[in-house]
Amino acid sequence: MTIHKGRGFACINYPIGMNLGGDPSQALVHSTPDGKFKVALSAIDLGQGMKSVTRQLAAETLGVPVEDVYVDTADSDTGPHDMGSFASRGTHRVGNAVIQASREARGLLLEAAAEELEVNASDLETDGKGNINVKGAPSRSIAVAETAIAAQFKQGRTISGRGIFLIPTSDVDPETGEMTPVSCFAHAAVVVDLQVDDETGEVEVLEINSAYEVGRALNPKMVEQQLIGGAWMGVSHALYETTEPYYPNRDHGPTDFNQYLMPGPGEVVNHNIAVLERPAEDAPYGGKGPGEMCANPLLPGVANAVYNAVGVRVDALPITPEKILRGIQAIGGARPQGMR
Amino acid sequence: MSSIEFRKELFADERDDDLNEVGKPTQRQDILGHVTGRSPFFDDHLFDGLLHLKCVRSSHHHANITSINTSAAETMPGVVRIIKPEDVPVNLNTMLSIIGFGKDDEALLQGRKVAYKGETIVAVVAETELQARNAVKAVQVEYEVLPHVLDVEEALKPEAPVVNATYPNNTFDYHDQYDHQKLRFGDTQKALAGADHIVEGEYQMSPIEQAPTETCGAIAAPETNDRYVCYTSTQALFFSLGISAKLLDTPSGRLHFIGGTVGGGFGGKVDSLHEPLALLGCMLTGKPVKYNFDRAEEMQVGAPRGAERWRIRDGVMNDGRIVAREFTGFFDSGAYTRLSSYAIVKGTGHLPGPYTIPNVSSNVYCVYTNRTPATAMRGFGITGVDFAIETHMDKVAEKVGMNPIELRILNAYRDGDMKAHRRLAKNCALIESCQVAAQKADWAIRPEFAAMSSLRDGGGPRAEIPQTIIDTEGRIGDRKRGAASDTAPSKNGTLSTKAASTIAPVSASQAMGQDVKNIAGKPNLMPGVMPDAPQPSPLPAVQPVAPPAPQSAPPHVPPPAPGPAPAIATPASAPSLYQPLPQSSPPPAPPADSATPPTPEAPTPISPGASPSAATPATEPYRPSEPFSRGTRRPGASPFVSGTRRR
Amino acid sequence: MAKTPVQFTLNGTHRAHFVDGGANLLDVLRREVGDLSPKYGCGQGTCGTCTVLINGEPHLSCLTLAESVEGKSLETTSGMANGPDLHPLQRIFMESFAAQCGYCTPGMLMAAKALLAGNPNPTREEVIEGISGNICRCTGYEPIIDAILQAAVELRSGRVA
Repeated sequence: MTIHKGRGFACINYPIGMNLGGDPSQALVHSTPDGKFKVALSAIDLGQGMKSVTRQLAAETLGVPVEDVYVDTADSDTGPHDMGSFASRGTHRVGNAVIQASREARGLLLEAAAEELEVNASDLETDGKGNINVKGAPSRSIAVAETAIAAQFKQGRTISGRGIFLIPTSDVDPETGEMTPVSCFAHAAVVVDLQVDDETGEVEVLEINSAYEVGRALNPKMVEQQLIGGAWMGVSHALYETTEPYYPNRDHGPTDFNQYLMPGPGEVVNHNIAVLERPAEDAPYGGKGPGEMCANPLLPGVANAVYNAVGVRVDALPITPEKILRGIQAIGGARPQGMR
Repeated sequence: MSSIEFRKELFADERDDDLNEVGKPTQRQDILGHVTGRSPFFDDHLFDGLLHLKCVRSSHHHANITSINTSAAETMPGVVRIIKPEDVPVNLNTMLSIIGFGKDDEALLQGRKVAYKGETIVAVVAETELQARNAVKAVQVEYEVLPHVLDVEEALKPEAPVVNATYPNNTFDYHDQYDHQKLRFGDTQKALAGADHIVEGEYQMSPIEQAPTETCGAIAAPETNDRYVCYTSTQALFFSLGISAKLLDTPSGRLHFIGGTVGGGFGGKVDSLHEPLALLGCMLTGKPVKYNFDRAEEMQVGAPRGAERWRIRDGVMNDGRIVAREFTGFFDSGAYTRLSSYAIVKGTGHLPGPYTIPNVSSNVYCVYTNRTPATAMRGFGITGVDFAIETHMDKVAEKVGMNPIELRILNAYRDGDMKAHRRLAKNCALIESCQVAAQKADWAIRPEFAAMSSLRDGGGPRAEIPQTIIDTEGRIGDRKRGAASDTAPSKNGTLSTKAASTIAPVSASQAMGQDVKNIAGKPNLMPGVMPDAPQPSPLPAVQPVAPPAPQSAPPHVPPPAPGPAPAIATPASAPSLYQPLPQSSPPPAPPADSATPPTPEAPTPISPGASPSAATPATEPYRPSEPFSRGTRRPGASPFVSGTRRR
Repeated sequence: MAKTPVQFTLNGTHRAHFVDGGANLLDVLRREVGDLSPKYGCGQGTCGTCTVLINGEPHLSCLTLAESVEGKSLETTSGMANGPDLHPLQRIFMESFAAQCGYCTPGMLMAAKALLAGNPNPTREEVIEGISGNICRCTGYEPIIDAILQAAVELRSGRVA
């Protein structure tokens, strides 16, 4: 029995959003009488953080503290239309809709404040802490709460905003495939280090070093959550997961978590991540969705590392011990490809 | 222990990093609910007298149903209602009918012919889950077993059984013309013939379960005012609502969907199987009804990430430049379409991966087989082909004896490059990602590769659309008739004489007006369209194999005067097959030698200080620009979405 | 159908219910008692989302007969907080972003609480062992392991009630 170490590389880009467009998202923003903001959506939070990232986007755009914003989703009676949380479209599409709605509400907030302060709205700025100040004259100030109260009870004015984001549908040329697929791309590159036991065919992933380009990390902790968890899923896809272990044969399909294999807490891999941020011009504050693409490079990264370790190309996922052992047998023993 | 670092020095001049809330590690809004067990998932809504729905499922891959006998089940304890296929008001749908893509091909309850093991035939509503399960076992379904096909390439053969009657050739119909989606860019065959090496490979992506810890489900209950409420785990609230309204033939205004707090999805909660059936059960019994997958159903009946088979053929030069790449792909859609046909278009737009390759061709097939329909999963349409491309890149690197990271950087796409789907690359960051990953792993790359940049040396000749060989092979039905057998891109194409693009290069900013433009961090940049200034290239620009266009010819012909687009017969020597339509602005990319780069339109910053004048006057009532037409009906269409691309 | 009376304490409160023969504890807690913190994930005892503590020991409530908890003391995540004060495990899960979709979180917290009650100073391996019956599909486990280790430190230092 010999343990062989291997190192593999892979890099990818990932299109953000439903690729042919035609997938609108809407948002509504309004203020309570005392200047707390509600964002109404019908977007779905699956754990990726939809509620949280749209809350930050709304607070940023409105110019108020994040604690003063609450995202209410998803009730079809109150939340305006949204296509849904898939295709990495949430941050991009819903985020843009929330920004548009928040900008409209902000404009009305500043107009209400301008009336109270008897200045032009264009001379006002928010301090992000709940106050609206006259530019260059910080002593002339009114609280957002006070502004909202005045707007509601004195001026008879709503502080609210509507937003929609739609990339119009692109057609596809039948002969050439010409199309306008998406507006921005996320990127990733990974180096996977692992070891392969040439007697059992078992693979142990030792370390992942990666670079993920996400446009802008709108919330760095939630980006970290996605990248760590997504890369875990990528390794899981590469080595373990399938609903049909002998595809295209339908036999042996797993029906519980004892048969459907995934790495458990004992198989956690050290993952050293570098986040790069090249903002996309049409993305909310430049942020692209990191949620899907984080898994993708791990599949080929693991496959390439297995080849480097033992000289076996497993081109059919998952890379099971059986396939590795059959591969080793076919080439007459493990053939390490050399340290990298 | 894992670690994370934010490499703020990269692309720093394209960002404004002093925002108030964006970029902060703010705690999740929903976290307190999660750690106290109070987050309201769909099943966390209690109803007195809740009924449970369970389904009778096909025990065969492929069979005609000759009889369904529910009489024994009907009299069993606790059974309230048995729902048969004929009880579904509009028992045929395809998921993307909501955007007018594809033909209705799947029944909610299948009464005639089952096409996969596990297909839903009859639903039983009972007082307890156990009673429902027992009654399911008592429903007697008689079958006439049919031959089945499980392999995608077997399914393309003339003698293969017809899986899906809507698509009798076992392939999705693309553009009413072809049994596959084509991509043609340049002359792949000629470039392959001229390459120093040919590298070939075949790759198989496995079907994978999304496996969210919460299984898919929905609870429907009568609401006041003759409406129904539906608590759901869906990933797409209005998608599920629209599909339910269509299948149940009920105005969408009668449906009140509540969700948004979902125990993981990963693509597995898009299909909207539970909401319509729970609602139908509720409508037929007048009582609250829950329908959810148990774990075994989630794994074998719930749609997985589909299997994909990809073949790649690369033409590679000794120095590592890839001059041609040919793909043949097969998506295993299972018995029905769901989302696979759309994923193929997405995958096609992604080819040839993040690389600038001057000759690319691809045929991708959406194939029907007698297995559980496939659906979305994390990375949908991309994960499988990325596995193929990146494993293949490793083989290419080995073939030419190159460091695999350097090979990627050499071939990486850069700002201003033309992609195979005929749009310019922008906002690229593959090279930098490769460099940083190599650095973190202490994997040495040569200095010239460490110095390369996505921002430099793209565009110019790399922005050109090459003369392209096209073909009309693989028309719908050819394969079934035995008139076509090769699945790879044609070797007998002809030079395209297409005059102009028919595909408007729409962009979000164009559609949305100024206010979404450059909402990225630093507004005074138009990231990535062109290099800042012409610089000597350390890397020879990859040349198309077809005769290069004259250097003086711009890749994009200026748009003609507004008016009907004339059908221009472009001579074979024309530099480009592509002309932007007059009514829309193309992705801006002047030729590299253009004297004056375009002036980016002044963007509107949104961070504090956004112009209030842009806001709607307070006196103006809320008026959506386009009314949301709930409740209108068109035959065969979703009750609330108008499809413009229905074929 | 005949019902069986069953009495137990849940998070310190006395409860008395009539349950169907064969009913599982998960269903009874959720549907009869109205404690929704234990979640249904598989009904097969393989995912751990339904974990509750019975006399301090972690049990899979989906595989536990409701009748069998007669006279016993049950704990669930909904009873972890002391009034408005979160249990340290809850607070540290929150602070360290150890939850995404949140569906596995109540089961994880129960497993972690049982672990730390029996082993206040666990090694990383012992934490892994302690949650090895619980599946999380979002996080990749590492933030959860780290949060439990950190909570153990805080609990030992007596910073908490």
